[in-house]
Amino acid sequence: MSHIKIELKKEDVAKLKEICKSFNNQAGELINVLHKAQTHFGYLPAEVQEIVSQELNIPVAKVYGVVTFYSFFTMLPKGQHPISICTGTACYVRGAENVVDEFKRILNIKVGETTPDGKFSLSCLRCVGACGLAPVVMVGEKVYGRVSPDGVKDILNEYE
Amino acid sequence: METVKLTIDNKEVEVPKGTTIYKAAKQLGIDIPVLCYMELKDLNIENKPAGCRICVVEVEGRRNLAPSCSTDCTEGMVVKTHTMRVINARRTILELILSDHPKDCLVCPKSGHCELQDMAIKLGVRNIPGEEYAEMSTYRVDTSPSIIRDLDKCIMCRRCEMMCNTVQTVGALNAINRGFQAVVAPAFEQNLEKSTCTYCGQCVAVCPTGALTEVDHTPKVIRALADPSKKVIVQTAPAIRVALGEEFGMKPGTIVTGKMVAALREIGFDYVFDTDFAADLTIMEEGTELLDRLTRHLNGDKSVKLPILTSCCPGWVNFFEHNFNDMLDVPSTAKSPQQMFGAIAKTYFAEKMGIKREDLVVVSVMPCLAKKYEAQRDEFKVNGNPDVDFSISTRELAHLIKEFNINFADLQDQDFDRPLGESSGAAVIFGATGGVIEAATRTAYEVQTGKKLEKIDFEQLRGMEGIRSATVDFNGLPINIGIAHGLGNARKLLEDVRSGKANYHAIEVMACPGGCIGGGGQPLHHGDSSILKARTEAIYREDAGKPVRKSHENKYIIKLYEEYLGKPMSEKAHHLLHTHYFDKGPKDIFIQKLED
Repeated sequence: MSHIKIELKKEDVAKLKEICKSFNNQAGELINVLHKAQTHFGYLPAEVQEIVSQELNIPVAKVYGVVTFYSFFTMLPKGQHPISICTGTACYVRGAENVVDEFKRILNIKVGETTPDGKFSLSCLRCVGACGLAPVVMVGEKVYGRVSPDGVKDILNEYE
Repeated sequence: METVKLTIDNKEVEVPKGTTIYKAAKQLGIDIPVLCYMELKDLNIENKPAGCRICVVEVEGRRNLAPSCSTDCTEGMVVKTHTMRVINARRTILELILSDHPKDCLVCPKSGHCELQDMAIKLGVRNIPGEEYAEMSTYRVDTSPSIIRDLDKCIMCRRCEMMCNTVQTVGALNAINRGFQAVVAPAFEQNLEKSTCTYCGQCVAVCPTGALTEVDHTPKVIRALADPSKKVIVQTAPAIRVALGEEFGMKPGTIVTGKMVAALREIGFDYVFDTDFAADLTIMEEGTELLDRLTRHLNGDKSVKLPILTSCCPGWVNFFEHNFNDMLDVPSTAKSPQQMFGAIAKTYFAEKMGIKREDLVVVSVMPCLAKKYEAQRDEFKVNGNPDVDFSISTRELAHLIKEFNINFADLQDQDFDRPLGESSGAAVIFGATGGVIEAATRTAYEVQTGKKLEKIDFEQLRGMEGIRSATVDFNGLPINIGIAHGLGNARKLLEDVRSGKANYHAIEVMACPGGCIGGGGQPLHHGDSSILKARTEAIYREDAGKPVRKSHENKYIIKLYEEYLGKPMSEKAHHLLHTHYFDKGPKDIFIQKLED
């Protein structure tokens, strides 16, 4: 696994310490702390995990263990426009996989990755509760229904 | 005590409430097979993640099979350990584990000592159904100065993780990822070398398979022995002589000092010396340093730091360099016996024999994997030439003896060479927890008080308790002594010292539970703590049988000071026998880009 080296700003470090403090720096609150931290940073780079480890006084290997165990946590920054494709049962049987493949082809990234310019990231999720519109794609908060591979280009063009 | 009655395989048994089925069965002489489970009873160490499920049994009235290692007995329980259902399930579980395990047993470093291999033999597995379709999880091999991680062979028993976190509180290893990708690794999957690993080797000592092994230096030793331009000498640590015999089928606790010397001579070492000689030297230096600090402290010198901490254990040195970087001036500056031996061999001995430094190869046999790292530290080299060239473990020595066609059991006892082979009983007990401080006390007492000890044995300093303390009366002056073995215990003791809660004059710390007898390089105990006990008893037996039992009465030590060093802590002694420590504490975030 490769990592992008970042430097945390002073205010980011302060915010992170504040998050830890809001949970009384308790080791048992690790998952809650990581949850909040990811909400703030959008992802959990190694630098964030190091600080959480120091603040809660638990080995950084353990923090990393938790981050890599739960699929919710990510160590890669999301794109400016995060794309989520529903691959739940209803969307899947209506061809969601072809839609995923088309996004992968055009953006030239895999699921779980971000384009080098930081604009788009690609992820799959299970059911957004809009099965009547299957297959469903979300870009940020916006929902697109009945998406076909042909329509992928039009969606992306909206964000160019 | 509340008890429960139950039946296992039609036999009745009564056990205290809270006893697991596995332990109750053991009481009946029924050996339920276990793989991830491990217990070191005398040291209060237990691993039971119930991860492998090999130990499943059938419990009447229960829908699924129960993991016996972590299921408590209940009143009236009816347990069957070898029904058709259990046997089928157990076999399937093992086949599944084997389907994701390399099949290169013939050349695996753990072959013959592998618990997974033993299990396959025990259950009589003859083929692995679906093997040709089975996907294998793969992982890059990580080699550090002491330990090799080959995680294709990891079965996720998580014993190493338990040792590294719960027992040692080092926190270098943790289970990461999930499902098929799950492995035990350092943070961010960096190399062990970049983590807080102390190379104590306790992970290697408990790994059931070939996933964690030591870096093998025997090929280098063989090459040096074959080089006619080199003089090759060897030193053996105190804990080797009470454990090596196990590798040749002898009872744990068998003392094989004489056979070991004979074997080393047969292998072709030019001189067979003893690390115990350097242990006596360590006592001279460390004991003098203790008395010096103590005297200055009693005279009101505020710059003097007490307690003094022993510094013979390289795992412990690495640990305080990582975790107590604010207290680097507290440990004794005395080098470890291994390094003292190397320094004296490549100066005093080399000069005496007229051997050039670069033509002298010093090999050490150690119960320890951190010694491999220690020997490579830059401060223990002169112009790139290390004081100790190669450090091999007890297990590696056993290999060497076998490879050299030596019938170990039939060897006649032989004696170490002089001068660096002479030692006292005080040096022998370095191998067990409490031994170094007892050895130091024997000498410090006599030097400080000018009186002869009436009783040489300090029973109050011995034992298996993780943290012990005792007060020794130095002719009216009470000296408080602390002892910790296992790095988790050391951390507790040191935190009390840091906060001012504990008031000790001297503290001994050994990284491995039990001291060096339980080191990461020793014959594998496979979770049997009676082996560690037997080795400890043998150490004290060997001490009791020695004609000289105090370091300052070793006549070759006296001669070394007369001929070469002057007196303890002299300038020359300082230069050769003392060292300094480095801050390895939390640094800036060090993320390296790893190649896939």
